[in-house]
Amino acid sequence: MKARLQSFWRFVRELATDDAYERYLQHHRHTHEDCAPLGRRAFYLRQQQNKWSGVQRCC
Amino acid sequence: MRKVLWSLVALIGAFAIGGVALHRGETINAMWIIVAAICIYAIGYRFYSKWVATRVLCVDATRATPAVRLNNGRDFVPTHRWIVFGHHFAAIAGPGPLIGPTLAAQFGYLPGTLWILVGAVLGGCVQDMTILFLSTRRNGRSLGQMARDELGPIGGYAAMIGTITIMLILIAVLGLVVVNAMKHSPWATSTVFATIPIAVLVGLYLRNLRPGRVLEASLIGVALLLAAVVGGGLVNEHETLRAWFDWDGRSLAAFVIGYGFIAAVLPVWLLLAPRDYLSTFLKLGTVLLLVLAVILMRPDLKMPALTQFIDGSGPIFGGALFPFVFITVACGAISGFHALVSSGTTPKLIGNETDVRLIGYGSMMLESCVAIVAMIAATLLDPGVFFAINSAPGVVGATAEAAVTTISGWGFPVTVEQMDSLAAAMGESTLFARTGGAPSLAVGMASILSSVFGQGLLAIWYHFAIMFEAVFILTTLDAGTRVGRFMVQDLLGHFSKRLGETSSYPSILVSSALVVAGWGYFLYIGVIDPNGGINILWPLFGIANQLLAGIALSVATGILIKQGQLRHAWVTAVPLAWIAVITTAATWEKIVSTDPRIGFLAAADQLANKVAAGTLSPEQMAVAPQLIFNQRLDAVLAIILTVILWIVIADMLRVARRVTRGLPVLPSSEAPAVVMEVRA
Repeated sequence: MKARLQSFWRFVRELATDDAYERYLQHHRHTHEDCAPLGRRAFYLRQQQNKWSGVQRCC
Repeated sequence: MRKVLWSLVALIGAFAIGGVALHRGETINAMWIIVAAICIYAIGYRFYSKWVATRVLCVDATRATPAVRLNNGRDFVPTHRWIVFGHHFAAIAGPGPLIGPTLAAQFGYLPGTLWILVGAVLGGCVQDMTILFLSTRRNGRSLGQMARDELGPIGGYAAMIGTITIMLILIAVLGLVVVNAMKHSPWATSTVFATIPIAVLVGLYLRNLRPGRVLEASLIGVALLLAAVVGGGLVNEHETLRAWFDWDGRSLAAFVIGYGFIAAVLPVWLLLAPRDYLSTFLKLGTVLLLVLAVILMRPDLKMPALTQFIDGSGPIFGGALFPFVFITVACGAISGFHALVSSGTTPKLIGNETDVRLIGYGSMMLESCVAIVAMIAATLLDPGVFFAINSAPGVVGATAEAAVTTISGWGFPVTVEQMDSLAAAMGESTLFARTGGAPSLAVGMASILSSVFGQGLLAIWYHFAIMFEAVFILTTLDAGTRVGRFMVQDLLGHFSKRLGETSSYPSILVSSALVVAGWGYFLYIGVIDPNGGINILWPLFGIANQLLAGIALSVATGILIKQGQLRHAWVTAVPLAWIAVITTAATWEKIVSTDPRIGFLAAADQLANKVAAGTLSPEQMAVAPQLIFNQRLDAVLAIILTVILWIVIADMLRVARRVTRGLPVLPSSEAPAVVMEVRA
């Protein structure tokens, strides 16, 4: 039961992009060991800029 | 065992749909429609979507998707299919499927419901899935790029013009819906105004206090929004405050236009992004709540299956059942706009090709389900009340007495007292002539929700529903303005390098102003039009949206034929043919009809005659030249849109003919196949 709740919570966090920064850090560790990752705020700003430069919402 | 189960689903579905179609009593229970819809979606998804995916598109579970091949942790990221489903659904589901069915309910519950079900299962869902798949195979290219790569430059330009036009008209019509919902309603106006500082607060929280903590910020924001709904009620009871928020249509239109400009120029983190988080949570929550409430309450629909307005004399919009029910329902059945999302962010997140079925077909099915719920919310009202809310004064008469006499005369009894007590229960001064669909939907939603979750909270639920619609209409409005701005900047870049830079401030200001002026014009005209504006703008929006669907389906059909799937090309070609027939028929009607409620030119001539005869009041005289010009402009616009559609279809047929004759065509732009090592 507890495991289920935890996996549901993880699902909700991922859906809401609440865990985006943690995912970014994880990706960064794997691929760009040579340079320092962005801070939380810088990452958030870049993520929003990126998201809202295309068609994201519809009729 | 499986076969037995699916036969049972088919039987129940057939029985329910037969019940819905043949029922001729006073009322019908909404569960008939819900059961029919669920069975049709289940069968459509289980059999048709599977067949299309495996036999026509030939999805390949072992072929690496761009998200896997190009994974950069940013835009290309292989993501769990239910997460992508959530994001994709949040992107495609806007106010369209709520408003379209509400307006189409003037024909009765049956035509709209049937088209929502059939159109989605055979048309809209297939379009979304196919475009999503084709774009996934092409590294997430946009619809416009695919049109250019696969058909040629004509298709590319057509897609671009179609996109810009639909954007402008969509924003204008949505702006008009919000304006009509707030007009002379201090409660609605103050609540909607309050959503702006709330969004800014959430934006500041997400940037400065706790960067990126979306869940907690949204929770705080939604709580504040609910408080704003209650607070609006207090404003409404306070005499001085009440007067501050009692605005007329023109001032509200000016506000929406100014707001749209500011929102498009501000950085995204401040207003757009936080409000979008709030609107997405509200949207998912409210849709769930509504579906639950409909199932718990099982309301009776009071609207007849068919009304006399199928002949074209309807008060909400002029035009006969064919083709206007198909134009009006719009996004709930098939929406060209979705093709832009399906060829945007979503294909870059897909971890396995087989996921396109759930994400493309499935999301659209859910969207169609939202449209069904909107249809139920509209048709459970007394038809007299429904028409009193949705008919413009230019049609039923300017006073309450005149309106109830006209509407009761149609055989839908309604009284002034009934409307007044309903308005009082909803916390409004009047509900007459609140056109646009949002208020009647809100009344319907409020009756459903209050009967299940708190009787006596009608007024709160009504304004919650208005706030909910307004919040995501405003999100669509500034997201759309921003996308329009990028397109204009791209265009201006051809003339001046400086104006083409997306982050240069002069360029941002000039291009945003151009886009806002474009939709602001249509919004302003819609507000000054005594016939309510919706009558003109919604059909135009429907035509533009179907045009985009036509372009998407042409691209899909062309590619299928190029890939040697001529035998199966009907999967997209049949919906395309139907779209072409309905948009052309609708445009034809809008141009040649001599009924001024239908024909743009007839309306312009009628008004010009009145001006010449001098029978108009000075007020009407002042706006008449603008209205006449606008009707003629709309006629030209409708013709241009339809001609574009036929040019694209002709271009697709040219490519198809060359393929069948073995002549050379543009090479496929599909990315080379790479075998996936492990399933992502």
